[in-house]
Amino acid sequence: MILRNIDRAGWVFLGMVITAGILIPVLNLAVPPGSFLHVPDYLVPLLGKYLCFALLAISIDLIWGYAGILSLGHGAFFALGGYAMGMYLMRQIGTRGVYADPILPDFMVFLNYKELPWFWHGFDMFWFAAIWVLLAPGLLAFVFGWLAFRSRVTGVYLSIITQAMTFALMLAFFRNDMGLGGNNGFTDFKDILGFNIQAAETRGVLFFLSAMALAGGYLMCRLIVTSKLGKVLVAVRDAESRTRFIGYRVEYYKLFVFTLSAMIAGIAGALYVPQVGIINPSEFAPANSIEMVIWVAVGGRGTLVGAALGALVVNAGKTWFTGALPELWLFALGGLFVFVTLFLPKGILGTLGTGWDKLHRGSPKKESAPAVAVPDAAE
Amino acid sequence: MNQIVDSDELPTLTPTLLYLDGVTVSFDGFRALNNLSLAIDESEMRAIIGPNGAGKTTMMDVITGKTRPNEGTAIFAGQHDLTKLDEAAIATLGIGRKFQTPTVFEMHTVEDNIVLALKADRKPFATLFSRRTASERERIDALLERIRLKDQRLRKASELSHGQKQWLEIGMLLAQEPRVLLVDEPAAGMTDQETADTADLLREIAKTRSVIVVEHDMTFVRDLGVKVTCLHEGSVLAEGSLDQVSADERVIEVYLGR
Repeated sequence: MILRNIDRAGWVFLGMVITAGILIPVLNLAVPPGSFLHVPDYLVPLLGKYLCFALLAISIDLIWGYAGILSLGHGAFFALGGYAMGMYLMRQIGTRGVYADPILPDFMVFLNYKELPWFWHGFDMFWFAAIWVLLAPGLLAFVFGWLAFRSRVTGVYLSIITQAMTFALMLAFFRNDMGLGGNNGFTDFKDILGFNIQAAETRGVLFFLSAMALAGGYLMCRLIVTSKLGKVLVAVRDAESRTRFIGYRVEYYKLFVFTLSAMIAGIAGALYVPQVGIINPSEFAPANSIEMVIWVAVGGRGTLVGAALGALVVNAGKTWFTGALPELWLFALGGLFVFVTLFLPKGILGTLGTGWDKLHRGSPKKESAPAVAVPDAAE
Repeated sequence: MNQIVDSDELPTLTPTLLYLDGVTVSFDGFRALNNLSLAIDESEMRAIIGPNGAGKTTMMDVITGKTRPNEGTAIFAGQHDLTKLDEAAIATLGIGRKFQTPTVFEMHTVEDNIVLALKADRKPFATLFSRRTASERERIDALLERIRLKDQRLRKASELSHGQKQWLEIGMLLAQEPRVLLVDEPAAGMTDQETADTADLLREIAKTRSVIVVEHDMTFVRDLGVKVTCLHEGSVLAEGSLDQVSADERVIEVYLGR
């Protein structure tokens, strides 16, 4: 019954993600390095990172593509999830750190901390950290959203304050006094749940879990946007005051979806950190959050699958570009955004979808007003 | 939940459903409404006329919670002070509003527009898990039939003609099962035939609900054949049958012209 709500693109996407989630670790671990089919070790965490970005992109698409909330600070929720996981990983290092303190992480010893700050307690337990992976971004989004949506801050104004939010957090996390590693953040992780974080097997499992999280995140978001609540969200996006006048408390709907989106972003961040091996305040940088929005725009907003696709395409491009022509990457990214805005306003998937429909209907159907098909990007 | 009148509602002394008392709204010193008082009875249809800037739309804004008056009260069903409630709460009480320019959800299908408006629990989680019941399905069919959009149910609302959008919006209003409908210029931009049909539809609706129609089209107002209130500079200038009102010297002066 639930499965009826998944469209063709969704099935293809789920199939590909689950297949990749199993196949890539297997090809890495079971196929000998000399073989043509072998996936090299460095590629597994790199692709795993892309999967985390894809999940993050889906969380942004849920609020931007469907509810019209353009968050330019979603990197903050991603980073908070990452920091919660990072705190757990730091506590696992124990005596293997440079200063070999059984309790205090290296940076605390370096900064002359005498005891563990109160908010670090409990993070030696995985379940506790896992709860905070959801709770930290969720609480921030709830409080922020409560204030913003209740005051009916919308559109560009909301985007600007989300940007300010992540910027403020970046400044805060840069401070050594925060007790969260200052500008170095957390790195040099050793174990996760007792497994060596550098081991190929652990990386394979993390990759598989990232793929499952992406599939699960997609499935949940898809069920939400195809429910009646999803229809209300689209109604809010297209005609907010009309939605109020038929009796919906728009702010509650926005708050629900914004908080949920932040929690999904937090999960993405928590899976990202053990795979890249570092988390630092630069994840809060406003430019990062803007880049995330570009992924979604490139892939096709309001499609979920497109957002994930955009994250993969842009990040693969980034990896290639920053290797081959590092100084040109930002120009390429800017150019891509301009190109997509001008020529593919519905993004890659939206454009493909329109082409597919036209093929199926036989003759191209004349649209009376093409402008209505794509919602205003600023809304 | 089809029952319109809540059982715990206090009995009202008069059949007045909506009572505006001394409502004043000023924007930067300009009085959009000036000590306006107005009473609408249960199942009454009332036409509101008046020149531009007379306060017709502001009056609707006050009733639906979009604008808070500086002074005065708006009492609904003898017990709810609308000036203290927000849009969503007022809509849930049973006051529906149709805007001057048709505002439907363009990206949704005709059917989904009705589904969204259908009277139901409006809380997010109830909405998330809601499943369409058989009675809802029947109701949707009946409404689509009534607004003559049954064949168009799967089309996007953005593809409808102007007149069809107006009707869809009236359909959405009916789906909310309101006790009062506020209808702003329903005949604007319609053909003569559509205008006549709309008058028929509104008259039929007014058999069971109160309807307030703001309209400039005098032929349409005559078609409705109901009590008319003429607003001017934010207060009531004249009230009565259309013939009485249009014979009023001051109404001719400020509105109808000589």
